[in-house]
Amino acid sequence: MSDPAPAIDVHELVREFRKGPRAVDGIDLQVAPGEIYGFLGPNGAGKSTTVLILTTLLPPTSGHATVGGYDIVKQGARVRESIGAALQEAALDPILTGREHLHLQAALQGLPKAVRKQRTDELLERVGLTEAADRRVGGYSGGMKRRLDLALALVHQPRILFLDEPTTGLDPQSRAALWEEVARLAHDEGMTVFLTTQYLEEADALADRIGIIDRGKIVAEGTPAQLKAEIGSPSVEVRPADPGSSERLAGMLEQFGKTHRDGRGSVTVQLPGGEAELAEVVRVLDQHDLRVETLQLHQPSLDDVFLAKTGRKLEGAGAQ
Amino acid sequence: MNHASLREQVIAIGRRSATRTLRQRGLLAFPVIFPLILFAINGSALSAATRIPHFPTHNYRDFLIAMPFVQGALFISTTAGVDLARDIESGFFNRLALTPLRGGALMLGQLAGPAILGAIQSVVYLLVGLATGVTFVSGVGGALVLLVLSILIAFGFASLGGLLALRLGNGEAVQGIFPLLFVTLFLSSSSLPRNLIKATWFRDIATYNPVSYLLEGLRSLVITGWNAQALELAFGFALGLTAITMTLSNGAMKSRLARR
Repeated sequence: MSDPAPAIDVHELVREFRKGPRAVDGIDLQVAPGEIYGFLGPNGAGKSTTVLILTTLLPPTSGHATVGGYDIVKQGARVRESIGAALQEAALDPILTGREHLHLQAALQGLPKAVRKQRTDELLERVGLTEAADRRVGGYSGGMKRRLDLALALVHQPRILFLDEPTTGLDPQSRAALWEEVARLAHDEGMTVFLTTQYLEEADALADRIGIIDRGKIVAEGTPAQLKAEIGSPSVEVRPADPGSSERLAGMLEQFGKTHRDGRGSVTVQLPGGEAELAEVVRVLDQHDLRVETLQLHQPSLDDVFLAKTGRKLEGAGAQ
Repeated sequence: MNHASLREQVIAIGRRSATRTLRQRGLLAFPVIFPLILFAINGSALSAATRIPHFPTHNYRDFLIAMPFVQGALFISTTAGVDLARDIESGFFNRLALTPLRGGALMLGQLAGPAILGAIQSVVYLLVGLATGVTFVSGVGGALVLLVLSILIAFGFASLGGLLALRLGNGEAVQGIFPLLFVTLFLSSSSLPRNLIKATWFRDIATYNPVSYLLEGLRSLVITGWNAQALELAFGFALGLTAITMTLSNGAMKSRLARR
């Protein structure tokens, strides 16, 4: 049996802004129906620009993409019918209530009058906003706004859902609740989810496959397990007691592989020989009489993948 | 897939616009009160103008009452523009752009709130005018026509505010334009009939300024009765302003949405 047509199919997509670098620089990706695709990258990597292009809100400079089988340039209206989107900022009207938002969205999406109230009540209950439904959105917490944003994206029962950094700024409880709902939508309802995030654990926990984007280019793609397996070996992160000795520390550890220093003086090096090399690292530090504040062994993570592919850690790697 | 009709879309957006307007009381108060303060000050300070030979009325307030209606409409242009600009800045506009909403429905619906505001303030100005001794030569019918004309003028200026918002996409920039619009009121026949303005340059500007004709149409109902030419010019300019700004807004909307 042949594979079904991809829900999202992107070829050589480019977006240039006047007097700026290429925000999206020739990306290719495919997302299968019912899949959760995590688009991981630091601030300014090109994630939101990609979402704006794929949701037809921003025309591409070049390249080709289909969403739900429809061309994003030539069949924009059909694309919009197929998708729901919660963009980076939960764009809500602080003067309106949650229920009024859903009624407005339902009316504009063309839901018959008889269905609107039922669909509104159903979505309010699903995102846990029934009690707050008649309060003005201006008084909602960040988590409540995000949940309402998600409900609005689902009003017309789209096949494909775009979520642009849906949990940024949320407390752990709200984040977990949103993850649960997104997973349910994909696994129980077969919805395709394109999720951008800058949180490693979010991509790791939710996504079936991940694309790592940096400076407009996809630098790695695969399932979380595949990506970690590419790195293969663990790494050790050493923080010297005296941050000034960071450079000397990096010199000592270079015999194990390429070192990476962060802004706080820590030095990370991958251990191709596995955990067994940890003892040798400690011996080298001891030989050079270098006092250490912390020493941590890390199993391969998506951060290591990002580090290996870009030479930088994801945390604080936002575009300058 | 169902599609909402144009009428349903206008009603949905209009309901939101009206709800927003009615829930922001501060928004209602300022455009109503400020023109009344100016009406009170000018009505008292400039009342001696009626002694100028050929001044068309003995009660300066009869002459001046047209001014708050146009002034209030100018305030509404800012309110409408800033409201739409805030939607653009907050991303709410993008949310609407992702629905099958037609551009024309958005503009028309968006003006429902300003139209309601225009209606409320027009009624207030009319009642205050009547309470302070303004008499309508054209009678009750004239007062009703004045209300219709003033709401139409408010609608026209509100669509101008909407156009500015679509072009500028920024609430502060829209507010920055307001003083320029306000100047057009003072460079018109707002305080004196054009034929009695002595300074030639001022008279020429007032003659070319469409705001003069909006004022004169409203004023004619109070002081001269049913003046077909004045009313035709006032309705013509108000409708023309609306038609031009709505047409330009449609174009601006397309490039603002940038959706394909």
